[in-house]
Amino acid sequence: MRSLFKFHGGIHPATNKAQSNHKPIAQAALPSRLVIPLHQHVGNSAKPIVKAGQHVLKGQIIGAPEGHVSSAVHAPTSGLIAAIDMQPVAHPSGIPDLCITLIPDGHDEWSAREPCADWKALSHTDLRHRLRDAGVVGLGGAVFPSDMKLYSHKHQIKTLVLNGAECEPYITCDDLLMRERAAEILQGAEIMRALLYAEEVLIGIEDNKPEAIAAMRSAVLEGRHERMEVISVPTVYPGGGAKQLIRVLTGIEVAAGVRSTNLGVQCFNVGTAYSTWRAIRHGEALISRIVTVTGHVGQPQNFEALIGTPMDELVAQAGPLPDTRGYIMGGPMMGIRLPSAEVGVIKATNCLIAMSDSLFPPALPALPCIRCTRCVDVCPAELQPQELFWFAQSKNLLKAQEYHLFDCIECGACSYVCPSNIPLVEYYRFAKSEIWAQETSKKAADAARERHEYRELRIEREKQEKADKLAAKEKAALEAKALKSAAPLPPAVEGANVSLCDAPVDADPENTMQLKIQAAIDHAKQQAAVSKPENTEHLTPQQQAEIATIEARRARIRELALSSADEHTKE
Amino acid sequence: MPGFFSPFITKPDSVSQIMLKVLMALIPGIALYVWYFGPAILVSITLASLTALATEALMLRLRNRPVMPFLKDNSALLTGWLIALSIPPLAPWWLVVIGTAFAISVSKHLYGGLGNNPFNPAMIGYAVLIISFPVQMTQWLSPHGLGAIQLGFIDQLNYIFLGVFPEGIKLDALTMATPLDTLKTQLHLDGQIREILDMPIYGRLAGHGSEMVAAGFLLGGLYLLASRIISWHIPVVYLGTLFAVAGLFHLLDPAHYVEPLFHWFSGAAMIGAFFILTDPITSPSTHKGKLIFAAGAGLITYLIRAFGGFPDGMAFATLLMNICVPLIDAYTQPKVFGKKEQKP
Ligand code: SF4
Ligand code: SF4
Repeated sequence: MRSLFKFHGGIHPATNKAQSNHKPIAQAALPSRLVIPLHQHVGNSAKPIVKAGQHVLKGQIIGAPEGHVSSAVHAPTSGLIAAIDMQPVAHPSGIPDLCITLIPDGHDEWSAREPCADWKALSHTDLRHRLRDAGVVGLGGAVFPSDMKLYSHKHQIKTLVLNGAECEPYITCDDLLMRERAAEILQGAEIMRALLYAEEVLIGIEDNKPEAIAAMRSAVLEGRHERMEVISVPTVYPGGGAKQLIRVLTGIEVAAGVRSTNLGVQCFNVGTAYSTWRAIRHGEALISRIVTVTGHVGQPQNFEALIGTPMDELVAQAGPLPDTRGYIMGGPMMGIRLPSAEVGVIKATNCLIAMSDSLFPPALPALPCIRCTRCVDVCPAELQPQELFWFAQSKNLLKAQEYHLFDCIECGACSYVCPSNIPLVEYYRFAKSEIWAQETSKKAADAARERHEYRELRIEREKQEKADKLAAKEKAALEAKALKSAAPLPPAVEGANVSLCDAPVDADPENTMQLKIQAAIDHAKQQAAVSKPENTEHLTPQQQAEIATIEARRARIRELALSSADEHTKE
Repeated sequence: MPGFFSPFITKPDSVSQIMLKVLMALIPGIALYVWYFGPAILVSITLASLTALATEALMLRLRNRPVMPFLKDNSALLTGWLIALSIPPLAPWWLVVIGTAFAISVSKHLYGGLGNNPFNPAMIGYAVLIISFPVQMTQWLSPHGLGAIQLGFIDQLNYIFLGVFPEGIKLDALTMATPLDTLKTQLHLDGQIREILDMPIYGRLAGHGSEMVAAGFLLGGLYLLASRIISWHIPVVYLGTLFAVAGLFHLLDPAHYVEPLFHWFSGAAMIGAFFILTDPITSPSTHKGKLIFAAGAGLITYLIRAFGGFPDGMAFATLLMNICVPLIDAYTQPKVFGKKEQKP
């Protein structure tokens, strides 16, 4: 028996997985249309490379990756491109994004695929290119382009962690995937291991999924995978968070802002390993994924759904019920409320939960914090959520950072236990976005000041240069005069000019100016350093995407805060 | 409105349930109180409850806050009960009313209401009363079988509300000093511990009757621990410190310093350890901080009891340590995930 490690805190909400995990994965019906956002991953949006009216084949690239961090987007089936325009997307803000609308022709006709029977014959660069072109991104929810994460030097990474923990309530897509497609997941893991030069593969699965554990274990034996171990980990939320799973399996704590690869670990979701295998072995792009449809529906089940499938068409196959009050994409702990049921399934859609008042009762009004520290007891990042709340509420952003606001993984465990019903995570998101906003504007201000200071210096320099020339001219004229008439020198017209002229060569104006400019720039830089810019300075693309998300939420919170204040006063 | 952003589920646990459990945990102690000292305490608790709720409602209205959600949180009720339990039950009705009203209005709401008060409101109420009405605050009932006369319930009510006794009875005949008080007085009169403890007001461990009430609070406290309403840090360290310091003095001079168990079961030590110091709002939130806070309170309690001017030091120890809470918290911040090896 391998000895496991613990992480601090965690909660045990009702898992609600039994509803959806007893039926096999069903193939979702071909929808009437597909709405495919071009920005489904972390990084740059894909660039549309098709035109409205064009006919495309299944698996054909319709959005090309742009820039370093980006991923391709493909036609999930054959059909006609109906539109390329702004559409609502699966984002809580409800802000539309660029989408390609595809009307399936019903033939489901594949474009040419490039399968590869022996991936070991391919170079690592080639493998990574194939993954990027196949649009493979992290399917655990982070949707970070996988090719970017599958890069390492030899002997840097010891352990590849495969995440099959699936700790969020309700979600069972990874559970079913592992039960039904274990062998292919492990094949994908082998490709990942090779790309990372990792020694061992540890697959963590929470012990509430005995069938998946058994299936994966027998697949390890049958596939004769060496140094690959399926490990049953205790069921505790958020045990499936990458940091938490790495901690449980290896004992390593990846602090905020540290790359796990520097500590010798890399972590992928089991679904990503599966897609990796399909992409490399069969040349299939990531055009579908497993989605758990559950909650307030008649027949909860997992579906293999094409990317772009409108959520309502998917729910229709699970027996929608009246009194549905909305939909959550993802789990109830970290998921998002969908702005509309018509948005398309994206690569991050692991679960769709129909909400009813009985399953998700409206939250009670928040009371003041009573410092009961239940939140401290459950926080996996070992923070003091009640202090963070206090600082966020009073907008004491510096203090909030001092108390490690940016180490918060927004798991929601604190909000879950808070007896005062305080939406704590909302406050943290708000505070983070405030800080980002401040730093962004601070940077803009710094840049402006720098420009301004530079301009002042330039003007001054030009003045002096002019004066300089004038003085030189006058001097020359005077000298000429003197030579001619041998008359005595008149007093200097402008003292400054004289002194500049008399200055030693090594302090020539050009040099002095440059020193001054450099000093000004240094000063500006120092100022910026004092105000702790690191939060926006070294943002991962993921965080940048988050900022956008949070910006939208922030506006919403303001609105909500106002309305709830109203309510309170009314009561 | 929460419910729009994740998490969408919450634990069915609320402030009012927590407070309700704390109130329930006080019941064994109260039951024993009634058994040994008669039902007068129930009258004080009722008076305190009514005053607490009325004051809370009034203050909320004045501060323009929603009344119902806050009244339902049961925190005012708890403050009222703790005040009732800390003053003599056979006191004029206005004593408990003034104490409770002051605690809720000044030490809770003027500081910003629930969650914002730096001092334990019940202890502020107690402190105000003992300073303003020292005579009334020392008229403790003698337990059954000890006083010269026992008063019936109706007679107790008559005294509390009307200030009249049945003919021929004087207050002195009904009340006496507390065991801690008596000990102090007797020691001043050059008594020896062993002789003093032979007096009839002392029972097995401490005061006759009151030691059992303390045991009742201990029982309730264990329930709070078991149901994870409170953590072990404060009660264990508070009682531990009190025991250690009292034990040290007792070892050095057994004739003048009473044994540590006496301290545990006298005065407000037990109710303080489990119900007062553990008030989350006025105690530190870090584990290390709780240890420091509790040790400090234990030490101060002992020092006041042994050398100070008041018979019991619990209330003042609580208030003194309450002042230190922000400082303690600030200096005991634990290291966060992944940053433990680093030096701050
Ligand atoms: S759980 Fe809620 S009430 Fe308790 S300390 Fe944390 S924020 Fe405050
Ligand atoms: S949301 Fe942040 S503060 Fe709350 S428990 Fe999770 S990590 Fe801790």
